[in-house]
Amino acid sequence: MGELRLMKGNEVIAEAAIRCGCDAYFGYPITPQSEVMETLMDREPWDETGMVVLQAESEIASIHMIYGAAASGKKVITSSSSPGISLMAEGISYIAGAELPCVIVNVQRGGPGLGTIQPSQADYWQSTKGGGHGDYRLIVLAPSSVQEMNDFVELGFKLAFKYRNPAMILTDGVIGQTMEKVILSDYIPRLTDEEINEKYGSWATNGRKPGRQRNIITSLEMDSGRMEQNNLRLQAKYAKMEEEEVLFEEFQCEDAEYLLVAFGSSSRICQKTVDLAREKGIKVGLLRPITLFPFPKKPIAALAKQVKGILVVEMNAGQMVEDVQLAAGCAIPVKHFGRMGGIIPSPGEVVEALEQKLIGG
Amino acid sequence: MTEEIIIAGFGGQGVLSMGKILAYSGVMADQEVSWFPSYGPEMRGGTANVTVILSETRISSPVLNEYDTAIILNQQSMDKFEHMVKPGGVLIYDPNGIIHPPKRTDINIYKIEGTLIAAELGNVKTFNMVVLGAYLKAKPVVKMESVEKGLQKSLPTRHHYLIPMNLEAVQKGFESLELVQAV
Repeated sequence: MGELRLMKGNEVIAEAAIRCGCDAYFGYPITPQSEVMETLMDREPWDETGMVVLQAESEIASIHMIYGAAASGKKVITSSSSPGISLMAEGISYIAGAELPCVIVNVQRGGPGLGTIQPSQADYWQSTKGGGHGDYRLIVLAPSSVQEMNDFVELGFKLAFKYRNPAMILTDGVIGQTMEKVILSDYIPRLTDEEINEKYGSWATNGRKPGRQRNIITSLEMDSGRMEQNNLRLQAKYAKMEEEEVLFEEFQCEDAEYLLVAFGSSSRICQKTVDLAREKGIKVGLLRPITLFPFPKKPIAALAKQVKGILVVEMNAGQMVEDVQLAAGCAIPVKHFGRMGGIIPSPGEVVEALEQKLIGG
Repeated sequence: MTEEIIIAGFGGQGVLSMGKILAYSGVMADQEVSWFPSYGPEMRGGTANVTVILSETRISSPVLNEYDTAIILNQQSMDKFEHMVKPGGVLIYDPNGIIHPPKRTDINIYKIEGTLIAAELGNVKTFNMVVLGAYLKAKPVVKMESVEKGLQKSLPTRHHYLIPMNLEAVQKGFESLELVQAV
């Protein structure tokens, strides 16, 4: 079984990539995720598993290296932080359009613009609603612990290959920089060229084999009729994700009269809030979306029938609120509490917000 | 048992390392741990702090707004964190450079002459280990053998020859804690 270590979230991303049989990492340094590439360079996995680790000349270059490597059926990962992900947006749209699997890690920092290097969750819209152009979706996973930084690398690849779609691990400076105990996954060997051909030969550009048609990877289609068909195929894929891949976690919701909804590091803060509020006699529970797309609409709709109000807690100006409102309907108030610009809300602050915005109001 | 600690001082004092060794010691004692640093443009002379949580049960938030113990190593940190100690909690400080000593009357206050003792030991870099020893006297959250194992885990092998010197500093700090106020 896996190995117990004390590690930073960012370091774990690197370790998990090596252990899950990743073929390559391409990236460009940016705080607060630089430990990802630092750890990879330190580990020198090219000697151990043959994994390529390359510092590109920019984020734009690194995402297009991901595009190229993913096109050949390779298991590839990149990481960056908010401004770097914005630079990658064009490439991400192309990869989604060309239907290629890859994992992209965003260790968010405060924005907009160059912003701050402190933690934030203000890339929720960018990750779940677009970021790049066109009707595409990313599978978005929001880890809330260092352990999940390990687990979601493999999960991200599993979903990315299942749907031939980019998966994003949306985390932030809190989880990236925090050290916790983690049980690292066991090693999975990298696929051989033969195995890649066997599994992905129907679409990967891994060299045309005798008796096989040319595989073409492109997001371009000049015929709008055919382009609409491509779009419909993508939409069917996203609908299937919404049916089959929703993940969420509930804390003390059984008898809850009020509900907190929070993802990632905010959900950790809110677990403490639940404890503090319950000491004061407030019956509050927490729903934590693990997949931000597909979004856990049904469990929120079900809890909305039980509770008197919902407080959405995020380190942003309220980007997830509208998704929660759509799921909860109009019968109960859905309010927001958040801090911005790199400020992390404290568990006590959230209790106050709960009292002021929902219970007192 | 859950112990929520803030360690705060100047960058270069070994604040983050001290927290790391404490966290490793917790792991060695089979506890749940979390270590969350103030990260960013901090540098030698700037402020640095780290939140360490040791617990028998799953840790909820790695970020806190009140602490069981505050270990305070400069005036800025005193100004920022004195009021965040839980009533009945513990504040440990090194008086070196402290102009305004703590004023709270509802918490236990201890002093450790860490800077002085580290200088006497002949290596000012052991300052953080002196303070760690003092903390373990006030709050025996981990055993000394776990600290030794923690040092072995957190230091690269090439620095292992420094472990005896560090353990001596921990021991000296353990013996040198002064009670200022008990509640």
